[in-house]
Amino acid sequence: MNDAFDIRGESHIEVHKFRAGAIIIATLLALVIQASFPIHFARAAVLDFPLLVTIYFGLSRRNPSTGLLLGMVVGLLQDSLSGPTVPLGLYGIAKTIIGYLASSIGARLDTEHPAARFALTSTFFVAHQGLIVVTRRILLAQPEPWFNMHLIFAALINGLVAVFLFLLLDRLRRN
Amino acid sequence: MVAIPSRHKSLVLLAGVIVLQVLMLAVQIKRDSEGRLIRVWTVGAVSPFERAGSSGFGWFRNAWRHYFALQNTTKENEQIRRENDALKLQVAQLQGKAAEADRLALLLNFRKSHSDVPMITARVIGTGAGTASLMIQLDRGERDGIHKNMGVITPDGVVGKVVEAYPNASQVLLLTDKESGVGAMLANSRIQSPVGGQGEPLLVMKYVPNDDDVNVGERVITSGMDRIFPRDLPVGTVAEIKPGNPFKQIRIKPSANLERLEEVLVLPSLRPLETKGEEHPSNAQPAPIASSSPPAVRR
Repeated sequence: MNDAFDIRGESHIEVHKFRAGAIIIATLLALVIQASFPIHFARAAVLDFPLLVTIYFGLSRRNPSTGLLLGMVVGLLQDSLSGPTVPLGLYGIAKTIIGYLASSIGARLDTEHPAARFALTSTFFVAHQGLIVVTRRILLAQPEPWFNMHLIFAALINGLVAVFLFLLLDRLRRN
Repeated sequence: MVAIPSRHKSLVLLAGVIVLQVLMLAVQIKRDSEGRLIRVWTVGAVSPFERAGSSGFGWFRNAWRHYFALQNTTKENEQIRRENDALKLQVAQLQGKAAEADRLALLLNFRKSHSDVPMITARVIGTGAGTASLMIQLDRGERDGIHKNMGVITPDGVVGKVVEAYPNASQVLLLTDKESGVGAMLANSRIQSPVGGQGEPLLVMKYVPNDDDVNVGERVITSGMDRIFPRDLPVGTVAEIKPGNPFKQIRIKPSANLERLEEVLVLPSLRPLETKGEEHPSNAQPAPIASSSPPAVRR
């Protein structure tokens, strides 16, 4: 583990490293689960596992460059798996920005507490959906509603799942 | 050369990556969306895991529901409950097998009753990886004779159409997707109008003038005008009618259960199907076409 420096130059936040291949395997697993889970549990479609994985590794690695690159790769893979009606780059752009924001915030705040993780993930989920709506409206000229109650419900559910998922992912950290 | 301060490097990288993806989006919007290599690679790489995941999740779900979830019992009843759980598990497995057998028998009967019409049976192995499209993935592809724009049905009704066919898998856009549509008509009045998705469980029938009589519960069937589905396949039933300007707002409940698809039939040709209990097209009244309805468009 290395230490990150905040804007005052004080070292107090740990940068976590992971076992070899952990990020790749966790990412692929998240994509497979995202594609397979809703067949058996239709309501699970509200969850966005690739987003949760992007947020987790962004918060843990705390390096904006790797965070945004991971977000881009995850987003483009999700675009590829979403069929030809979803252009490549829709999720890519949103997850790139979320990956960057997560790792930037992770470098400034301690994000290990479950309450912080819940709040951050719920906020990032809303931001992610907002970015998708913006992309759809501005770049693709597709009318999308800005806000509905379903979004808030989905954000809270994703935040809750993230708390437990992140505890599982913590086990992939290198001691 | 201008040196970039290290604290700004990640911001520059972010801007570069975003611009790259925006350009990529722009290129896609200008061109017709043919199958892209990254899609072929990704689907090819992930579909084996989806197959395994599909079986694994089914097993895990059954085990969780019928065994682990029942472990919260008192010690006195533990033995009895364990036996009960085991029996339940056996019953559930047998019921699952029976239900699967019923479904397969239904498909087989459907196929036998239309033996002159070629059909390809396929299993659903995945869904779209995002919420932006309503899509399913099938375990069969080009090697099995499935191609783009083929219609997909169940014995209950229309499911959607193939939008991408890969060597060993294919992707189907469900009728409920915003981009989806089918040429349809009302079974009683024979009024023709396209039916499309809205990204919600109910479909919408467009272009039926306010003057035309439509009743809740009336059946909606395919018209065959889209050159994808043969005519007289069930699409759904009218669930809600509201007056609109200039057309009625008609919402339709799909006949096929699009949220719980496990096996489907792919139609490689447009040969007409004679569905049970329906009037033969040759005996049917001539279909009055909604006066303002545009011709069905091949999507």
